[in-house]
Amino acid sequence: MTDDAPTTAELPAQLAEIREDFLALSEPDRLQLLLEFSRELPELPERYALAPGLLEKVEECQSPVRAFAEVDGDVVHFYASAPPEAPTTRGFASILAQGLSGLTPRQVLDVPEEFPLQLGLTRAVSALRLNGMAGMLTRAKRQVVEQLAAS
Amino acid sequence: MPAPLDPNPRLQEYAHPERLVTTEWLADHLDDPGLVVVESDEDVLLYETGHIPGAVKVDWHTDLLLPVERDYLDGPGFADLLGSKGIGRDTTIVLYGDKNNWWAAYTAWVFTLFGHEDVRLLDGGRNLWVAEGRELTTDVPAPEPAGYPAVDRDDSTFRAFKEDVLAHLGNGPLVDIRSPQEFTGERLHIPDYPEEGVLRGGHIPTAHNVPWATAVAEDGTYKPRAELEKIYLSDPSEGGLGIRAEDKVITYCRIGERSSHTWFALHFLLGLTDVRNYDGSWTEWGNAVRVPIVAGDQPGEAPRRAA
Repeated sequence: MTDDAPTTAELPAQLAEIREDFLALSEPDRLQLLLEFSRELPELPERYALAPGLLEKVEECQSPVRAFAEVDGDVVHFYASAPPEAPTTRGFASILAQGLSGLTPRQVLDVPEEFPLQLGLTRAVSALRLNGMAGMLTRAKRQVVEQLAAS
Repeated sequence: MPAPLDPNPRLQEYAHPERLVTTEWLADHLDDPGLVVVESDEDVLLYETGHIPGAVKVDWHTDLLLPVERDYLDGPGFADLLGSKGIGRDTTIVLYGDKNNWWAAYTAWVFTLFGHEDVRLLDGGRNLWVAEGRELTTDVPAPEPAGYPAVDRDDSTFRAFKEDVLAHLGNGPLVDIRSPQEFTGERLHIPDYPEEGVLRGGHIPTAHNVPWATAVAEDGTYKPRAELEKIYLSDPSEGGLGIRAEDKVITYCRIGERSSHTWFALHFLLGLTDVRNYDGSWTEWGNAVRVPIVAGDQPGEAPRRAA
């Protein structure tokens, strides 16, 4: 699957960097990096923190996670909230928060669907669990499309 | 050399009180020789955020299941796994985990397939330990590898396959421990959980729906024996399932994890001898061709068999 994946050059730099950081590590250390990401998930901006209903629930995730990709002019911001007892989900959300925020809507839409499978986590985390990140990415793209259509 | 038993009076009521320990007992016995604490979670990173001091981690996806086939590791693989965690054949294992011990119970069930004798659950699991403010650490132990024999997995005593379930219909209780919406077929997956690609909704004919949480008290510990008996053993006219001591019972859910939690209660806490867990569960049955399915809230009839 990864053989057919677009090369790093086709990924926006901030996503490519995240991918290279993971792939440079041994499998157990990749889990540690995911844990570090989970700790870096930014707090929600106040307008979402006060109205969590604005965020969309990600059904593919095992834990209650809500996320939203917001189009602000030419730039996308990705926000997510997940409980501390769900560090894997927080890690996935944090990767997308760092990897998608600041990209243009077009760049977000062009992120390959299989990006979650390119991080070398399939064995350490399992493909089933990675569905959670794929679900967040798919929803983020749809949210971007909907906002572009509405604008 | 097995660790001593938890003398807590509440546990003594159960058929096999030696299968549970309280958080209080465990806190006092963490340094017992011959005892290894194992954390099994749904979240693959939760152990890394902090765990019971000295506990090792066993993950259901990456440790217990094979990476390609849908099956568990074999005897030599199991020996390598347990040996690497410093567990010998006579070690006392105390399992705990997140989500009310779903995965800890699942791991206990897999360990039981390999005939590991002394497997116990921490009653109340990780949640209760954390809620009581007990110690957690991020120090990962480096256990001295132990010799563990390669033992064949016994897939007939406590494990049921699809064919076993088909043969079982009409011959014994079948307990579906999923949510009511999954049971009726209204939903294809557990509320708030991943959509795992099941094509059909409903339940296996004759199954009774007793969601796993029915068996636990508010703090996540198993309900006292008398309450469990009322739920599973008392007569249907009194609201129970009416399971009798001599019945052969099969439990199932979506992938066999929540039903391990009920399997544990039926077999170890109520002492029913013949209880099998169907790990294929709904992700297999709901996708299988030409198996009978019942939608709605009634158990439904066993299909008539060709003579």
